[in-house]
Amino acid sequence: MDHVRPVPDGVPPGTPSPGDAHRLSELLRRAGLGDEAAFAEFYDATSARAYGLALRVVRNPAHAEEVAQEAYLDAWRSSTRFDPDRGSAAGWLLTIVHRKAVDRVRSVEAATARDETWNRETAPTDHDQTAEAAHASLDAARVRGAVATLTDVQRRAVELTYFGGYTHTEVATLLDVPLGTAKTRIRDGLIRLRDLMGVGS
Amino acid sequence: MSDLHKLTGAYAMDALDELERARFEQHLAQCEDCRGEVAELRETAAMLAETVATPAPASLRESVLTGISQVRPLPPEVPAPDTHSSAAHRGRRWLPFLVAAVLALVVGVGAAVIQPWATDDAPRLTAAEQVLRADDAEKVFLDLGEAGRATVVRSKAADRAVIVTEDMVEAPEGKAYELWLMSPDGEFTPAGLMPDAADQTVVLEGSAAQAAAVGITVEPDEGSPQPTTEPIALFDLTAAT
Repeated sequence: MDHVRPVPDGVPPGTPSPGDAHRLSELLRRAGLGDEAAFAEFYDATSARAYGLALRVVRNPAHAEEVAQEAYLDAWRSSTRFDPDRGSAAGWLLTIVHRKAVDRVRSVEAATARDETWNRETAPTDHDQTAEAAHASLDAARVRGAVATLTDVQRRAVELTYFGGYTHTEVATLLDVPLGTAKTRIRDGLIRLRDLMGVGS
Repeated sequence: MSDLHKLTGAYAMDALDELERARFEQHLAQCEDCRGEVAELRETAAMLAETVATPAPASLRESVLTGISQVRPLPPEVPAPDTHSSAAHRGRRWLPFLVAAVLALVVGVGAAVIQPWATDDAPRLTAAEQVLRADDAEKVFLDLGEAGRATVVRSKAADRAVIVTEDMVEAPEGKAYELWLMSPDGEFTPAGLMPDAADQTVVLEGSAAQAAAVGITVEPDEGSPQPTTEPIALFDLTAAT
């Protein structure tokens, strides 16, 4: 993430670490051809984000490891399906991780455990002070900066959704707002982040 | 702006329940704006992961690298003539089932038709007819709202149950509808996966005579030994008519 490379053509300015993004796409393309070393490199460049995300959502380190492992195996298997024109390789991987993590917390057995932890951890929504945040990077600082500009409801809606793994209906209940409001806050919160971070066209 | 468009954010962050997700994916197949927005919002959401990056345990790297050495990447997707790529993709996977379902209908209409292409599924087709036409056939109809409509028919004499769906929305991507037979004491037994088709007739696997209910849940593509989500439909056979 730290080294700087020239911005390749076609990558919109403002995309975080564009050189990195390009390199990851290329690694994934090679993985699609069966190149295990390329995939190992892809793993090394993304595993902190993938594991960190899984851990944040499922909370249990052993489960997080399983979720991340499944996600990487899926990514390897479907590496030929990755289309760099439709998004970054890291975004693609993290979408898989997130989906698996959310599936995990929503499955019936996990629901009970999560409810218990929720009560303990819910009160302050500011997670940034935890040890997880020690792994700070320029990108992380930039993302935090963008998140800090959201309204309180937007921020909490986005965090409960993405990190909490809650459905928008649950988010509405947790925040005590109508479902329509939760839906809108989730969307306009993300849109604001997208615009601030220069994602997309 | 219709309500569905507003779901891009929730969809991008996996915050829809399974039925909403299925419905939204149908909308996505037809709405280019939403597809573009979902792609951008997913990308945006993924950047949030930067803030929680945590060094992964060494064991993860090891198991990932061992895992990939044992399986080859899928072949690339070859462009299909059908423009609904995800639907087409899944359609292909379910083709044998769809063929079976179509056969079921054909055979149902003309019972005397000779079947030169009899397959392993053939006995099941007969089973569907046996149940639907049984003298002791009892039915439970459920309107699942925007998800479609379904009727479960059970014949105690035939010891089988059949589900007939109409306008059923496709299961969300990577998911399948799994059928269950529920015993009077609430135990769920897997009764097979439903093929992805809006209108179909499926015979449930397993003995149905004692079942108190038939359930449908959304499960990973390969199915689960026990339900991992709340049923999207539960047909109470004790109230069957």
